[in-house]
Amino acid sequence: MKAGSISLAMPVRLPVPLILGLCIIGGAVILALFAPFIAPYDPILQDTTNTLKPPSRAHPFGTDNFGRDVFSRVIWGTRVDLQMGLIGVLFPFIIGNTIGAISGYVGGIVDTIFMRIVDIVLAFPFLVLMLAIIAILGPGIGSFYIAMALVGWVSYARLIRAQTLVLKHSDFVTAARSLGFSHGRIMFRHIVPNALVASIVFSMSDVVLVILSGAAVSYLGLGVQPPTAEWGIMIAEGQNFITTAWWITTFPGLAIVALAFGFSMMADGLGELLGVRE
Amino acid sequence: MSAPLLDIRDLSIEAHKDGERLGIVERVSFSVATGEILGLVGESGSGKTVTCRALMRLLPTRSLRISGGKIEFAGRNLVTASEAEMRHIRGARIGMIFQNPASHLDPVMRIGRQIGESLVLHLQMSPREAKAQTIELLRQVGIPDPQRRADDFPHQFSGGMRQRAMIALALACSPELLIADEPTTALDVTVQAQILRLLVELRDKRGLSIILITHDLGVVAQTCDSVAVMYAGRICEKGPKRDVLAEPLHPYTSRLIACQPSASAEAGLLPSIPGQPPSPSAWPSGCRFHPRCERAIGLCRSSAPELVTVRSNHVAACHVTAPARLADEAA
Repeated sequence: MKAGSISLAMPVRLPVPLILGLCIIGGAVILALFAPFIAPYDPILQDTTNTLKPPSRAHPFGTDNFGRDVFSRVIWGTRVDLQMGLIGVLFPFIIGNTIGAISGYVGGIVDTIFMRIVDIVLAFPFLVLMLAIIAILGPGIGSFYIAMALVGWVSYARLIRAQTLVLKHSDFVTAARSLGFSHGRIMFRHIVPNALVASIVFSMSDVVLVILSGAAVSYLGLGVQPPTAEWGIMIAEGQNFITTAWWITTFPGLAIVALAFGFSMMADGLGELLGVRE
Repeated sequence: MSAPLLDIRDLSIEAHKDGERLGIVERVSFSVATGEILGLVGESGSGKTVTCRALMRLLPTRSLRISGGKIEFAGRNLVTASEAEMRHIRGARIGMIFQNPASHLDPVMRIGRQIGESLVLHLQMSPREAKAQTIELLRQVGIPDPQRRADDFPHQFSGGMRQRAMIALALACSPELLIADEPTTALDVTVQAQILRLLVELRDKRGLSIILITHDLGVVAQTCDSVAVMYAGRICEKGPKRDVLAEPLHPYTSRLIACQPSASAEAGLLPSIPGQPPSPSAWPSGCRFHPRCERAIGLCRSSAPELVTVRSNHVAACHVTAPARLADEAA
């Protein structure tokens, strides 16, 4: 080691939940990316001679009432559900953080208006409002994303507004003002990057919520449409056979639980690493 | 003598609280010449920080307001300047450094980028030029290995290094005036001396004018050319450093000097000024120092003393000592 290059910083030790979460999510991403190579069968190929077969060597998770391989459908479903979780969080994240930061920084009447809108959105039960918006827009994954964006931003807005209210009186903002920086620059270059940590941690646990509501919406027939392999639909379709063919609902259910667990571990771990108090 | 760089005349600042108006700062006047270091001394709450925030026009608008006077900076009255004008003055022509450098640097931005940001903004430098200039600035304020340290975050710097970075940040655009708000209070004594030496050095090299806010008369003695002493929102004495420290006129200044700890003094309790500094909601009548002053006479209770010039540039506001000194000088 060269003289002077010795670092006094403690080696960063990643929290165990973060590693666990990263492994699960990493596994899911690999499954999603390489689904065509990993899945032994075509997820929508029907084999009517082979319906409702219990798990076996040929079909590790069994087959459903159309003779489709449940194992392959769960793997292909990873693509849809992962995408749903990420896109479903992305738009609320952007909208919520922008509105929250403006609301908190500008204050006054702007803040009052935005916060009353947040109150109105929060006054409705989450799923009811989602379903109402999807019902108006028509079923489909696009409608789900729009509904998610319209409903989901409020949590981010509240979170970042609270952070901004604290940060706008902080010393480094005063210092930035003393350097002649404009309000817009201070808000987006200095306050938002500092306030974003809490939002990022929250977004990880929000992914869980989005995946679950995506599955719920699909289960109700308003989201992803059959025959696409999606975990929520698989559970919905399998419920008629739950007493005779438990594997149709159980495996996609476990997949949802595993992915949700991965994201919430990631949220915990990130929170621990970045020092966010929930 | 040419016109001073900064000339504050009768500056008053009011606070609005529950519909009441409180005079936080009253008719404060002082001026700073090019290349001068002025020490602004006083206890906490005496109005020194508020005065300097006001001259940057950085008072919290909802609670504090400039209610009178003018702040003339390089021929311009900053009290009436527009917000857009002020943005070009802040950072570019008046820089400011603060007591606690740890909290005044953006914790999630690299030091180099923080300094570069104002170079790009005020001097329209390209990012590449700004980067080179940033490294040069860090070198000038005495940060070793500036090339590499520019990519560090504030938490990777020590306290003294952060204050140096803060100075580099404030001086990035070569302002004519630097306001240093207790720049060494949070630092230990050896680092404190280094930072003060750096400030004097920068004054010598760049002809920078500095307002040094402090409550430490030792710091004043080491660095300043002149001193203004504030008490309860008013200036009670000001003049050349040598005169004020060697022959203080105002009893408050004398007591402050007496309160300085010294290594040679016998161990024991440090002297202190009895009583509490008054609060703006209950300023004493007359001279605001009279309840704590052992030389107070009846007149001090009823009428506020005006600043009286006793010698060239040395002024004090006291009913007792100023006339006595004047008589001495005349004799």
